[in-house]
Amino acid sequence: MDLNFSAEDNAFRDEVRAFIRDHYPAYLNEKIHEGEEMAKEDFLAWHKVLHQKGWIVPAWPTEYGGTGWTATQRYIWSEETAAADTVRLMPFGLSMVGPVIYTFGTPEQKAKFLPRILSGEDWWCQGYSEPGAGSDLASLRTRAERFTGDDGKEYYRVNGQKTWTTMAQHADWGFFLVRTDTTAKIQEGISFLLIDMKTPGITVRPIITLGGEHEVNEVWLEDVIVPVENRVFHENKGWTCAKFLLAHERTGIAGVAASKRNVERIKDVARKTEDGGEALMANPFFKRKVAELEVDLAALEYTELRTLAGESSGKGPGPESSLLKIKGTEIQQRLTELALEAAGTYGAPYFRSMGEGDNSFAVGPDSARRTAPVYFNMRKTSIYGGSNEIQRNIIAKMVLGL
Amino acid sequence: MDFNFTEEQTMLRDMLSRYLADTYTFDARQKVVHGGKGWNPAVWQAFAEELGVLGAPFAEAHGGLGGGAIENMVVMEEMGRAIVLEPYLSTVVIGGGALKHVGGAIADAVIPTIIAGTTRIAFAAYEPQGRFYLNDLTTTLKGGQLNGHKAVVEGAAHATHLLVTARTGGAQRDAGGVALLLIPADAKGITRRDYLTVHGTSASEVYFENVAVGAEHVLREEALPLIEAVVDEATAALCAEACGVLKVLHATTLDYAKQRKQFGKAIGDFQVIQHRLVDMFMEVEQAVSMTMMATLKLDTAERSAAVSMAKAKVGKGAKFVGQNAVQVHGGIGITQELAVGHYFKRATLIENQFGSVDFHLSRYEGIALAA
Repeated sequence: MDLNFSAEDNAFRDEVRAFIRDHYPAYLNEKIHEGEEMAKEDFLAWHKVLHQKGWIVPAWPTEYGGTGWTATQRYIWSEETAAADTVRLMPFGLSMVGPVIYTFGTPEQKAKFLPRILSGEDWWCQGYSEPGAGSDLASLRTRAERFTGDDGKEYYRVNGQKTWTTMAQHADWGFFLVRTDTTAKIQEGISFLLIDMKTPGITVRPIITLGGEHEVNEVWLEDVIVPVENRVFHENKGWTCAKFLLAHERTGIAGVAASKRNVERIKDVARKTEDGGEALMANPFFKRKVAELEVDLAALEYTELRTLAGESSGKGPGPESSLLKIKGTEIQQRLTELALEAAGTYGAPYFRSMGEGDNSFAVGPDSARRTAPVYFNMRKTSIYGGSNEIQRNIIAKMVLGL
Repeated sequence: MDFNFTEEQTMLRDMLSRYLADTYTFDARQKVVHGGKGWNPAVWQAFAEELGVLGAPFAEAHGGLGGGAIENMVVMEEMGRAIVLEPYLSTVVIGGGALKHVGGAIADAVIPTIIAGTTRIAFAAYEPQGRFYLNDLTTTLKGGQLNGHKAVVEGAAHATHLLVTARTGGAQRDAGGVALLLIPADAKGITRRDYLTVHGTSASEVYFENVAVGAEHVLREEALPLIEAVVDEATAALCAEACGVLKVLHATTLDYAKQRKQFGKAIGDFQVIQHRLVDMFMEVEQAVSMTMMATLKLDTAERSAAVSMAKAKVGKGAKFVGQNAVQVHGGIGITQELAVGHYFKRATLIENQFGSVDFHLSRYEGIALAA
């Protein structure tokens, strides 16, 4: 047991920090701060810089493009990117379908898809949830029927509806859970398909969320034809891939580094915000809430570090990752509550002028802007990736044996 | 002890409730929100002419229904149930409330026009540096000229009058030297930056530059006690609005939990969801109790303590019920497509309006818990 960083670790930190300082496209943060819509190229700008450097997928095995960093180095990396407030990389290829493909895919699938995930050439989206299959994901009904085409090759004909498909409006490819056997037990009739989003029969419709964002979509599939070679792993064994992906997704979901950065931001705001002639940070109620957040965040951080240490010793992400998901998202949400509270009266403006052609002028202090939309938006974190109620079920069953 | 409404109060509630259910539908409201003006003048006209509801708390001599704080509570709860955008709170409860306290010729002149719907009042009290403190003022009235900047003034864009707090003397946070003014919204020297709030009303940054203010515009010279009384009344009314919002949030969520099936049964069959709905229910019931308690104590010496207790409890309840309504709904709860998300937004803004939970707990401590 040792909580200290080695000299090599510190040198690594210096290298990483310098790289971010010299190469991060800082205009992205201005855009986000101004509430401007991020274009697809904006989301990819940082991705491409990291790809060129060879740092785009630190956690992957080196044979597929990973950096071979130790768990400590990966931790340093996430700390430094959070400290520099770099934009989030789209996880759908890098931390979701990529690991599924290198773990379960054929050599052909690996050769075709992995390099394009690394380069950012393909934008991926996730076709999991359905209107009738949310927490109960395995009850999904999107149907894939197998047939032999006129060319003598094997295909699936896919029909159904997916929902909450994040950023599908930009996607080139989607990974979909579909039902290939309607007679088996529900988890045993599911397959994992990779579908070209340009295939005829796919319709993407936006869902606008409470903060006014267009992040998620409904995706309709109507007689969508998919070659059988785009199925990952065995037919009817897609649930294995699905569970693997969800556990993998949950480990990154804690967001410790980003939450640390947000605590610092809130402290900074509270020092500058007036509250009856004193700084809001001097208000004992407010200060106590910041302290409680820091305590809970430290507890999360060291729990995550213990989990990561277990992973690098070969245990892999287990059901403990549900703990990280629950506590991590609760902290993320409390941070947005506190930011909104700090904004006071200035939490109410929606950042959109009533005047023509002037829709982004500043109202109130900079720090108050978008605190309410961000608070509304972050309610999703206790719902997505398996709701926090489902995560508790997983811990109860898999960890506690209840 | 009597917690029952009179026949007149019940009729007022039923009439308004029916009107809002028929005309103030989710779709109709969304249209107004997307229209970007923050209110619907036709609704206001109907409140005045068809329903007479704008006269609820005013004396019959002024053309009102002869009610008071309880009538405001009845009306505001219905406003909350339909998440009404129109400015009953600022015009009738705050503007009308101040005029009732002041009385005299100005009350005789203005109150009938409030009841008729032709006078609409926005409350320009809070300032950028002042957070929730009504005494923290840099807006000044000196030599008949008003100068300053008021923050997030709801409804200023469509108000005929502004109810303004300004410092005539003393230091920035002194209790003395605060005047209350009622000035025409289009007076020379007033400029605004208008915008929408996150729940669809309009608000403005209001700037005063050498606005001429005559004696006829000054409702009271030493006005802080009056301003605090009016804001306490408004806070009680806001709690009533919250009760309406929370009742709908709970009812909608309960209904959803009975309909929505996962794992082969209604999600309401799961004990974790049942307990959540019970906890929400308990918050709603306590919010209703505290709102009644505060409303009934508005004319007593316990007014400020009672109002701060109520707002602290209701603010916590608003957060708990709002967040859990969304959580039980799942993804659909954070979209603009279902009403539940819009009620959640209103509940969220109510948390900080007229002071956060912390602000009101501190105020209560200051009044009631001297060491």
